[in-house]
Amino acid sequence: MTQFETEIEELREEVKKMWKLVRSQLTKTLDALVNFDKDLAREVVVKEKRVNAYELKIDLDCENIFALYQPVAIDLRFLLAVLKINSNIERIGDIAEGIAKYIIDTDKVFSEELSKQTRVLEMFHESIVMFEDTLKSFENDDTTIARKVFKKDDFLDQINVTSNETVEVYIKQNPEDINQALYALSIIRKLERIGDQSKNIAEEIIFYLEAKVLKHTKKS
Amino acid sequence: MERTIIKSENFNAYFGNNHVVKNVNIEIERNKVIAVMGPSGCGKTTYLRCINRLHELIEGARCDGKMLLNGQDVYNMHPIFTRLKIGMVFQRPNPFPNLSIYDNVIAGYVLNGIKMSKADKNDIVEKSLTSAALWKEVKDSLHKKGTFLSGGQQQRLCIARAIAMEPEVLLLDEPTSALDPISTSSIEELLKELKNNFTLIIVTHNMQQAARVSDKTAFFYMGELVEYDDTKKMFTNPDDIRTQNYITGRFS
Repeated sequence: MTQFETEIEELREEVKKMWKLVRSQLTKTLDALVNFDKDLAREVVVKEKRVNAYELKIDLDCENIFALYQPVAIDLRFLLAVLKINSNIERIGDIAEGIAKYIIDTDKVFSEELSKQTRVLEMFHESIVMFEDTLKSFENDDTTIARKVFKKDDFLDQINVTSNETVEVYIKQNPEDINQALYALSIIRKLERIGDQSKNIAEEIIFYLEAKVLKHTKKS
Repeated sequence: MERTIIKSENFNAYFGNNHVVKNVNIEIERNKVIAVMGPSGCGKTTYLRCINRLHELIEGARCDGKMLLNGQDVYNMHPIFTRLKIGMVFQRPNPFPNLSIYDNVIAGYVLNGIKMSKADKNDIVEKSLTSAALWKEVKDSLHKKGTFLSGGQQQRLCIARAIAMEPEVLLLDEPTSALDPISTSSIEELLKELKNNFTLIIVTHNMQQAARVSDKTAFFYMGELVEYDDTKKMFTNPDDIRTQNYITGRFS
């Protein structure tokens, strides 16, 4: 293996580690939300610093590889994709942190009825699955998996689109639970962003592997 | 005027029994810079030397197929005429050591026995050196020997000497491989200027150089033309896996 190939492989491993860390951040945040576990939520907030450190390290590694090796073709696409994937993963990490902070600040767990009506937990599960699919696609160089992410995003969008109405109905029925309902709405918005960012990541994987630009095109 | 200036049809070249260029078909457009790249021994320099019939000067060398310049087979022309129309710049700057800068530029005319007035000579020298981006540097020392110039200047003098004959095509065989980065950069800039008046075909081992200077790139491997396409496409998404492996340094 040449020095260049070694650098690329090390970068790939670094990105996968960051991906897994953020997946773990999302899973822990969901657990913290379901079990109203503030300690777990605090752990997520603390670990967000590690996500940020990964982002900086990966940016720097890409910069160095560009400067030292002038990559072309699939290597160039890989690095361009990694730069954007890195930024999207970091934002997903921010979202996990944002939800974790809400769990720390609030004094009350979501009621079963609120979770059921808004489908927030279902949405959370699905967004984690989408994010995991992007990782699987990257690990296996498999664009079929990446393409499945686009369909799953439609599911998140659907919940998001109807969420205003759902929350409005819930508040009318449960006026004492208005704060929780608004938090649920805010989390739905954040999860919808995870869907968008996972979709962006899937687009980058397809660009890297197939040299096709899918940005701003209709996919499903 | 036809867009295609050079066209090879089923072109083959040999050294004795060694088949070094295999059935190459390519159409080269006028006023473009074409980079020819490939690993050592892939036939790229041989192909270049076939374009202006230098290949046949080597004992045991031969070729077949068609090599057309503006639709006319160069192998049906007088070789001297071919080389007037298709000039060449070599890897190492090779100005005539005993001639002045001035005489180097007009050497092609003198060697071909073409008589000119002093004014015409002066005109050709100034025009060629200006086109080669060397005039400003040497206009006060035209009668000094060409070998007193730096490597980069000598190579630009060789380019001036080649373009003084007003060829249509200029072949460049690794023209910057013996030069430092600054001289390389000035030659690369010059190539971009020259393509307004000439078609340039450059053999290079430096892939970044091919990417920087050329409009189209041809990739040769084991005597075959594997791929020929826009340089941007070749360096971002080549069609052939062999091209990709070569440009990404994964060639075995």
